[in-house]
Parts: sequence; structure tokens; C-alpha cells
Amino acid sequence: MSVEANSTPVPREAAPRRRADVAASVQRLALALAVPVVLAIGWELVVRAGWSDGRLMPPPSRIWQEFEDLSRNGELLRHTLATLARVAVGFGLGTAAGTILGALAGYSSLTRRLIDPTLQGLRAVPSIAWIPLFILWLGIFETSKVALIAVGVFFPVYLGVMAAILSVDRKIVEVGRAFRLSGFAMVRRILLPAVLPAYVVSLRAGLGLGWMFVIAAEFMGASEGLGYLLIDGQQLGKPAEIVAAILAFAVLGKVTDALVAITAAPFLRWEDAFGAQHGAA
Amino acid sequence: MLALDHIGKTYPNGVRALDGVTLTVAPGEIVAIVGGSGCGKSTLLRAVSGLDRPSSGTVTLDGTAITAPHEKIGIVFQEPRLLPWLSVAHNVGFGLEDRPKPERNARVKAQLDRVGLTDKATVWPRELSGGQAQRVAIARAFVTRPEVLLLDEPFSALDAFTRADLQDHLLDVWADAKPTLVIVTHDVDEALALADRIIVMRARPGRLYEEIVTDLPRPRDRQSAAFDFAKRRVLAALDRSLDRKVATDDGETKTSAGAALWW
Repeated sequence: MSVEANSTPVPREAAPRRRADVAASVQRLALALAVPVVLAIGWELVVRAGWSDGRLMPPPSRIWQEFEDLSRNGELLRHTLATLARVAVGFGLGTAAGTILGALAGYSSLTRRLIDPTLQGLRAVPSIAWIPLFILWLGIFETSKVALIAVGVFFPVYLGVMAAILSVDRKIVEVGRAFRLSGFAMVRRILLPAVLPAYVVSLRAGLGLGWMFVIAAEFMGASEGLGYLLIDGQQLGKPAEIVAAILAFAVLGKVTDALVAITAAPFLRWEDAFGAQHGAA
Repeated sequence: MLALDHIGKTYPNGVRALDGVTLTVAPGEIVAIVGGSGCGKSTLLRAVSGLDRPSSGTVTLDGTAITAPHEKIGIVFQEPRLLPWLSVAHNVGFGLEDRPKPERNARVKAQLDRVGLTDKATVWPRELSGGQAQRVAIARAFVTRPEVLLLDEPFSALDAFTRADLQDHLLDVWADAKPTLVIVTHDVDEALALADRIIVMRARPGRLYEEIVTDLPRPRDRQSAAFDFAKRRVLAALDRSLDRKVATDDGETKTSAGAALWW
């Protein structure tokens, strides 16, 4: 028998290992929170001590108060849901279009030569520049906002999917060919799993841009949404409201991003990557 | 019966990789193809597999022309080429997707058993050593029960111990159904350990040059005098294929020079 067959298998999922994992993640969380918590407490003390009146930069207690006020009358929920709905629809549309066109451009060189130059040209246009046109075309209500977000999401997803398909290892594709896979079977059994890690990254990039563009969309005249809260806070001179809205954006952005990452994680456990051993999440 | 009839391959840049290669391989026969680098031996194998089309000539298996990958022809590459997102068992069962699940599971299990990796069925390919991964690739090729199995320098990336071990594994698994094996290698010992017939190729353009019937009893003893004698014949043929002048008729000098330099 070979030498390698004699090596003892490493026990997987052993109990002591798990406890160490929990301790490690608690430590990681504590480290992640250290900077914002120290800054917040520091500012609170500065204002309490009277060194600053905290009018332009309200202390955490006043921001918390603002959150409570907004929550009590249901305003926070209403604005959050409005923004979330726009991002969800725009992200969905942009992802669908980006995935389909990116897959076509990656898979067929004719399609790529046909559509890629045009799309790359359009990608060079700063997306905010579309706002006047979208308002003329689609009106000032939901449609134009969703369209803007979809455009923002589309490009990173399109580019990510196309590049990922083009960079799939030729040798792996040849394995598919040797097993007589073609067309849809090749896409489903070889290309799709091979591009999944890169696809998840492009989805996260797209989602980040979606959150960016929802503010731009809501700045262009909205009666609800977190972007509206920002404008409202500016016009009425309520910095606490602005900071509260910014914090809400931060939380929503982080949570939705984590949702995408967590949803994808079970499909990516096979990855043999640098990050897998170094706790990047 | 696998039959190659005047196979030629000219690349778009004008390089004639193969010219008029004619060869028949009987069912169950093990043929090794050796030759200097650039002699077209891998090109030949890819033409037989249907992955590439020859520029001229035909490949037929039992009278059917091979123009694309065929279900009766399996291939093992130089690298294991396992799909990293599938467990070892799913990699082995990759070519059995169309079979009912119980049959697939049973055949995968039996095949993993044959290459001695039953305990690795559920792990990811990244957790395997190089030798283990190539054993999985061999299991993946055998599990579909091909009539012809092509191997393109399958063990060249492995260390000497693992290589000899895998050659034994290969013969062991081959003995189950005795498919035709065509193995491209640059390792003369490997060709002698495995093959019934060794074909020496010559480059520019790639063509068959000499054929040596090994005629050694199995299992083969790599230390036997007969093995050593056959090895000298193959090395001498390789030297001739490279137009290398052999100064004396002293077999010893000839083989040592050849063994060191031919590839």
C-alpha cells in the first residue's frame, strides 16, 4: 500500500474545537466593536462634561432618543420599508439583467462582440447622469428610482459574471467535454459552479452600489425613505435625524450584505482559498 | 477494435504535429506511446479522444467514426482535473448522472473501493494528496466502463514511489473489465510496466517510428533481466528516433546515455 494511506485522518467537528471557535468569534466581535464603542462613549462624555454642546454632532444618547421618537410614531419603519423595497426591486431587476447578459456575453463570443462594447460605453457614464432622463421617461415616482438602482446594480453583476465565465479553467471545461456535456448541461454542471465564488462577490458589489444609488434616487424628490429623512433633517436643521438615518443605512447595508454572504456560504464550502483559512467573512 | 487510419494534424500556424499515423489496437490491449517531447503523442491522444479533430484521417471504434467525445472512450489527464465543488464520491460519479441513483451510488462505492479511497468518499478534492487525487480521476474514468481508456502522462507529476503504486492500481482496476488502454508517457519504465506493445514516435512531423512487443509475463518484475532487456530495446529505438549516433555496440553505454538524454 502507499505511504499516504497510513496517515491518520484528522477528526472533524470535534467538540473542543467548537468551543475554541466560539471563543475566537467572540474575540473577533469584541475587536470589531472596540473602535466605534470607544468613540461613541468618548463623545457622550465630552458633551456631558459640557466641552461641546453637541448641536451639530449630537451625542449617542440624543441619536438614540431620535431613534425612539421615530420608532414610536412608526416613521422609522415606514421610511426603512420604503427604502428597502426600492433596493430589493432594483437589486432584483439589475441582478437578473446583469446575470443573463453577463452569462450570454461570457458564453458566446459573438454576443460579447455584439453587446459588450456598447455596455462598456454605457458603464462609463456616471449613473447619476441618468437621473434627469429617467425622470423625463419614467416620472418622478417609484419607477424612475427603481430604474436608477437597477442600473447601478447591473454593471458590477454583468462585468463579474462575464469575467468569471471567461476565466473558468479550460482544463475543467475539457472534463465536461470529455463527458459529452454541452449547452445547458455544461452551464449547469461546470460553468455555474465554477463561477459561483466570483458571482457572489459581484452580487455583493452590486448590492453595495444599490444602497448607494437608493440615496441618489431618494434625493431626487421622495416623500418617504431614509434618503428623504436625510434631506428632511438637513432642511429642518435636525442633525440627530440625519445621523439616525445614516446609522440605519449602515445597519441595513451590513445586514443585507451579510445575508447574501451567509446564503451563499453553504455553496462555497469547497473553496480552497487563502481566505478560507484566515477567517475572512 | 480501435483503429486509427492515416491520422494527420496540421495546426493553423503550419506545424505538422502528426502525419499518416495508422494503428490498430485490439480490445483489452495495453499500448504505450513514447517519444521525445514535441513528437505529437499528446496530439494523437486528443484526436483519439474526440476532444480535437484530426486534419486528415479517421479514428474508428468498432466501426463507428469518432468525431467528438464518445461514451465508450474515457480519458485521464496529466492533472487529476477533479471538480473542486464536488465531493470525491460525486466526482467519481460525474459521468453517471443519467443512471438511477441506487445504481450510481453502488458503482461509485465499488470503484472507490477498487482504488482504496472508500474513506475519502465525502471529502473535498482539496483535502487529497496528489496521488489520491489521481486515483480519484482514474476511478472517475473507469466507473463509466469505457471500452477504451486514454491516459495522457497520467503519473508524470507524481513522485517515484507514488507512481509505481498508481501503476499497480491501474493494472489492478484494468483487470476487472479489461478495457483497451492507450497510455502516453515519457517514462520508459512505466511503459514497460504497463504495456503489451510500446510504440515509439518520431517528431517533425509526428509519426509512428518503431513498435516493440514487450512480451513480459504479468505481474511484471521491474528488476528482472527480461525487463531490463526490453528496456534497452526501447531506449535504443528512442535513440534512433532522435537520430542520435550510438558510438559503440556496447549495450551498457548506449542505455545509460539514452536513459539520461532521450526526452
